[in-house]
Amino acid sequence: MIFGWMNQFAQSKRSQIIFFAAYVVLTSLGLYFIQDSVIAFLLLLFSILILYYLKLSNKAKWIMGFLILAILVPLSASHGSAYQSYMEVGTLVGIYAAMSLGLNIVVGFAGLLDLGFIAFFAVGAYTYGIFASAQASKFMPFGHYPLPGDTFWLFIIAGALIASIFGILLGIPVLRVRGDYLAIVTLGFGEIIRIVLNNMDHPINITNGSMGISSITPPDFFGISIGNSSQFYYIVLAIFMVVMYIVTKLEDSKLGRAWKAVRDNEIAAQAMGIPLVRTKLAAFAIGASFSGMMGTVFAAKQMFVDATSFTYLESTMILVMVILGGMGSVPGVILGAAVVTILNTQVLTEISNWLNQLSTTGAIAIPDALSPAKMQRLIFGILLIVFALYRSQGLIPHKNKKVNAEELKKAASEGSSSPEAGSPSPETALVNESRTTGGVDL
Amino acid sequence: MNILEVRNLTKQFGGLTATSNINMDVKKNSITAVIGPNGAGKTTFFNMITAVYKPTSGDILLNGKSLVGLKPHQVSKFGITRTFQNIRLFHDLTVLDNVLVGMHQRLKSHWAGTLLRLPKTRHEEKEAKVAAYKILQYVGLADYVNENAANLAYGAQRRLEIARAIAAKPRVLLLDEPAAGMNPKETKKLTDLIHDMRTRLDVTIILIEHDMKLVMEISDFIYVLDHGELIASGIPEQIRNNKRVIEAYLGKGAVSNAQ
Ligand SMILES: Nc1ncnc2c1ncn2[C@@H]1O[C@H](COP(=O)(O)OP(=O)(O)OP(=O)(O)O)[C@@H](O)[C@H]1O
Ligand SMILES: [Mg+2]
Repeated sequence: MIFGWMNQFAQSKRSQIIFFAAYVVLTSLGLYFIQDSVIAFLLLLFSILILYYLKLSNKAKWIMGFLILAILVPLSASHGSAYQSYMEVGTLVGIYAAMSLGLNIVVGFAGLLDLGFIAFFAVGAYTYGIFASAQASKFMPFGHYPLPGDTFWLFIIAGALIASIFGILLGIPVLRVRGDYLAIVTLGFGEIIRIVLNNMDHPINITNGSMGISSITPPDFFGISIGNSSQFYYIVLAIFMVVMYIVTKLEDSKLGRAWKAVRDNEIAAQAMGIPLVRTKLAAFAIGASFSGMMGTVFAAKQMFVDATSFTYLESTMILVMVILGGMGSVPGVILGAAVVTILNTQVLTEISNWLNQLSTTGAIAIPDALSPAKMQRLIFGILLIVFALYRSQGLIPHKNKKVNAEELKKAASEGSSSPEAGSPSPETALVNESRTTGGVDL
Repeated sequence: MNILEVRNLTKQFGGLTATSNINMDVKKNSITAVIGPNGAGKTTFFNMITAVYKPTSGDILLNGKSLVGLKPHQVSKFGITRTFQNIRLFHDLTVLDNVLVGMHQRLKSHWAGTLLRLPKTRHEEKEAKVAAYKILQYVGLADYVNENAANLAYGAQRRLEIARAIAAKPRVLLLDEPAAGMNPKETKKLTDLIHDMRTRLDVTIILIEHDMKLVMEISDFIYVLDHGELIASGIPEQIRNNKRVIEAYLGKGAVSNAQ
């Protein structure tokens, strides 16, 4: 596999950096000069994956990744006529990657299968849609609507908060059930949210029902109205970076360990003092908040929302991104989101168009029933089956973070363990009160 | 002084009485064994102490305070942790992370502290890793810190369960068949470990075990269950020669046949 080969190459730092720089320069020049080259665009994006495998410090990777995505990609793409469509793809990848990272917390870390995840995206989208359009004036007793575009930035946070409240609302009843039942209940929840949004036009018109909400105010950035994909790209990139930071930090923390402990063995996790309900609700709430933020961006970008964007198929698609990328694996899930999005928006459309062309010229015979859109789904389905069979752990399988055993050994022999780490928890008064002995350091 | 007192503890599963009117007094810092044939109700007894099951009736007192009605995670906060007969490790986590989860309720850091990278949180996390490493050294698993728990050999998994349980700094440690599946050499090491934990960690140990050699060698006091009833209790010498105990293990008539 290409991944294995890259790992091998990982020995010499210098040759790696030279190779990487050459790769990035070549692909960006390619994208700059060969107009509308999808291949060059994809190859440039691929550099992020290479970067992940390089033997550099995390900080260096973060900075380089940011520079490539924030400067190099937009700059190289800006030359051709397909600039906006490339940036649109980049924006979509960012939106789906952030949502996949959210679902990954729920499914990959905490082991709770959620088949209705798109509901939180819908909640975020409608939150901005309603208040940033004339819709809110139909039921709000006070205030002037639409709210101006500079409130958008607050709505990103509001979208996150409201979505996480919905995450908790979903969690409370759902956590009584497990496994298959949980999956079914979440599926139902997703559909209920969609149907409710689709019907909340009477008795009070809140969502405008199946007509959807149109003329949503675009965001306003210090007087600049943000309208095209090359601008939304930066908003999405910024949110994605924040999401990425939160996920990587939480994964290797007390909460992250608690999620995985609950996933691996609920009874043992509880016996170790992990409160089951609170831990699962935290997963639902944090996962949902990422979706809520991106929902807000989605509504602002489309300037229109209706319930058809939030079907069960969309929930499945995000789950596919997580599973295809590698459940529980942060880089895997991001790659999964990128691959699925690019397949759906670029590669598969090209392939099915090409096949269609062949069929009209009579080179091959495709049944009429198989329209290009259906053809696209068919190829996508076949690809999924192939992946499930030959790479069932995902594109980048999850790996546990390793600690530096030598360092720990040294620290342990120095006896640097402080009393804080060893003192009993103050959380329950009873413990403090009755726990005078016990808890001796080794 | 008794650290744990059990009063008329009864558990019924439908029509089946798994334990019936059990009374026990466990001395602080003692090693107490609970033995009995298969299905006697020993694990059920542990499950009631750790709130996995709610007792049908009766009471469990830790230092005079009732534990009945607590949630399982609260029992751990009160200072009781356990190992499981059918190993329940976090199999996809590393050995070190398993021990760190054991420390869960002792770590004060909050997710907000993690995200803000507060020095206090980072310090606590670092110290916790060192402390976890020390515990692994103590049980002899320091070479496997980065290994997934699922990849350990059976005996090592049992020791990791103990490491995880003592990471919580319990005052009472419940061991459910810790020697099951171990060879004699491993069992010897385990015996030493249990002895050492009692003094070094100042912990009270209650263990369920079928290995009679280990039980007789290690226990200060033994309780014998059979069909959910407490049929005998005493120091090892008393239990070894108790007629009812021999009958319970070998079947009725075994004693008279032997004579
Ligand atoms: N959740 C449950 N539901 C129904 N019956 C149960 C349950 N748990 C235990 N039992 C029954 O209670 C009785 C006591 O079981 P328990 O597991 O406590 O025995 P044990 O003494 O630990 O046996 P062993 O030495 O085989 O581990 C058994 O008859 C068992 O089938
Ligand atoms: Mg048992």
